[in-house]
Amino acid sequence: MNSSLPLAVNDLTVAWHRKPVIWDVDIEVQPGQLVGVVGPNGAGKSTLLKAIMDLVPKASGRVEIFGQSYRQSRHRVGYVPQRESVDWDFPISVLDVVTMGLYGKIGWCLPVRRKHRDIALRALEQVGMSDLANRQISQLSGGQQQRTFLARALVQDADLYLMDEPFAAVDAATEKAIVEILRDMRKAGKTAIVIHHDLPTVPEYFDAVVLLNMRVVASGPTKDVFTRENLERTYGGRLTLLDEATEAMRRRERTL
Amino acid sequence: MSVLLLLTLFTAGFQISDFRLPAPFLAVAESLTNRSIAWPEWEQWKRVLLLQDYNTRVVMTGTGLLGMAAGLVGSFTLLRRRALMGDALSHATLPGVGLAFLLAPYLGLDEKSLSVLLTGAALSGILGVVAILYIRNLTRLKEDAALAIVLSVFFGAGIAILTIVQQVPSGHAAGLESFIYGKTASMIASDAQLIATAGVLSMIIIAVLYKELTLLCFDEGFAGARGYPVFFLDLLLMALVVIVTIIGLQAVGLVLMIALLVIPAAAARFWTHDLKRMMLISSGIGGGGGLAGSAMSAVFPNLPSGAMIVIVCSCLFFLSLLFGRSRGVLVRIARRWDLNRSVDRQHLLRGMYELLEAREPETGSAAIGMPFSQLLAMRTWSSFRLLRQIERCRRAGLLVRHDNARLSLTEAGLAEASRLVHEHRLWELYLITQADVAPARVDQAADTIEHVLEPELIVQLEELLAQQRMSCGVVASPHPTIEQGRMP
Repeated sequence: MNSSLPLAVNDLTVAWHRKPVIWDVDIEVQPGQLVGVVGPNGAGKSTLLKAIMDLVPKASGRVEIFGQSYRQSRHRVGYVPQRESVDWDFPISVLDVVTMGLYGKIGWCLPVRRKHRDIALRALEQVGMSDLANRQISQLSGGQQQRTFLARALVQDADLYLMDEPFAAVDAATEKAIVEILRDMRKAGKTAIVIHHDLPTVPEYFDAVVLLNMRVVASGPTKDVFTRENLERTYGGRLTLLDEATEAMRRRERTL
Repeated sequence: MSVLLLLTLFTAGFQISDFRLPAPFLAVAESLTNRSIAWPEWEQWKRVLLLQDYNTRVVMTGTGLLGMAAGLVGSFTLLRRRALMGDALSHATLPGVGLAFLLAPYLGLDEKSLSVLLTGAALSGILGVVAILYIRNLTRLKEDAALAIVLSVFFGAGIAILTIVQQVPSGHAAGLESFIYGKTASMIASDAQLIATAGVLSMIIIAVLYKELTLLCFDEGFAGARGYPVFFLDLLLMALVVIVTIIGLQAVGLVLMIALLVIPAAAARFWTHDLKRMMLISSGIGGGGGLAGSAMSAVFPNLPSGAMIVIVCSCLFFLSLLFGRSRGVLVRIARRWDLNRSVDRQHLLRGMYELLEAREPETGSAAIGMPFSQLLAMRTWSSFRLLRQIERCRRAGLLVRHDNARLSLTEAGLAEASRLVHEHRLWELYLITQADVAPARVDQAADTIEHVLEPELIVQLEELLAQQRMSCGVVASPHPTIEQGRMP
């Protein structure tokens, strides 16, 4: 147990209907680092974040956040879900979404008050969207949606941020804004774990990477780990046999 | 041949007359048809509209509050995409009503007491929902199949039980069928009070937990990550649906209860993009439907009130669909017209600019203007459409018409036209250089997109293209603007 480590994952396995999604994952994340999680589609990147936050049941393994369970250190963790995970036609405004990050602080049954709206407005300013605070979310562009989610995580003032593809399908201005915010976070000693798809920008954005394809292929400082050889092992599909075996198991299960 | 046919018809006729509908259906059919529906006297209208009867007042308060509660709860279930769950739940209550009536005497309860019947209804409704969840989780059937199975099986069982109830000699089961189609006429003051209390209770729960329920419906994953008990909140929402459905059984009936849960919320969505306002409008439509429906039911006591309430609600729904201010059909048509008009205006101004540009510098200045026929030849637009657009631009001060039917741009018009041409050509250049569109086809390709370009995108375009060539003022066209053959 190490209370200075933002995230320590030991032997984590998650399975859907007995089909393993991630296997035996071990990760240690040092404080004050920007960590990229990279891997092909279906490698279990989102599942890893969800398992860290107890959103999906773990088959085995342990997750410690600042030396405690997620439940105990929940207030120190900020989450930016995938943009596509919600219905952007939902009838609320940008400010409403951002104040959702404060619901925990506001408490059950109590209304959102002036000071909470002020905090939310400051976060919107940080992501460059203060003039859109009262806009309905259905009218936002993809990049603006992403920044709204980022602002919602920022209001929590967490120490560890988990972000699911914040750079997916955003415009250049948003990408620049997000990178700047990430660097500000690092300067303030915070840690961010970011699922990332765009390989060429990895060395520029992240101090450390986790290469994931069901299991951890490699993890560590970007300059040591982010090599052509490791990438080939991550994306090369060396686990196809394992995949096929589990798929066959699942097929048999269905016919039973 | 025809004799045979006649014979068949004859025996068929016998069979039909021999056939007896199950008792509950007979009772329903009776309440639907047997009694005459005379047009009520003025006196009757007055009594209802002026709320002169104590009973009418109480019943209308009850159904009004029921409608409001259903509108509020329905908003959340609609946004959570659980609307059909309410339908299965309400149909699943029927066996509970019949069984409660049958078993109450053995338990030492009054079988006619509404609270006993509704307790039975609630228990079997909840059993229905649990059955849906079990079928969905334990088999590989999808949720819609599970809903359909539970709905029909429970409803069928309910009808069978009611038939048995009708044949129990001691049972005064008349009135149970009002749970199917709803009948406020059979409602007494204490029933209405029960409905009102439960309705207000569910409204209070929604008001208190508004924030949490919104979070649940918008972003379940984030709610879970923040430590909110998603399962418990879903259960709570389902409990609210149970409360509203149960108290709505008597007034609306279980067949149509889903309408009161879905229609007001769906109608409110046409009016606003704001959840709080949507819920206010939804509860207003639900409450209005409840009030008007029960008033109609008081005037025409033989009509099922459920149908009345639903008819009023659906009228409000169609009005919302047409006139709703944020998503109504008319608003969207108007927006489409607006866009078409602005596209036409951009075409006109761009056309005039390009004509101006193509003209030999020495033969004339802009003051002389250009002939209408040249403009007409530039695009496939009717002269009527072009004339209308010219008139609109003239009124906006963008161009002037000379006596000889020639047109010229004003200063403001020239500025606007050069901006439009500039943007059009930027986009064309982008398509040619970055997207490899052939220069001959780029005009049309650009035209389909540029009218919806946002200012930020224009800025980005400028930055991108500035690196490649200097553009000061209006960029030169990357292809010949006016084809020689089309020039008059």
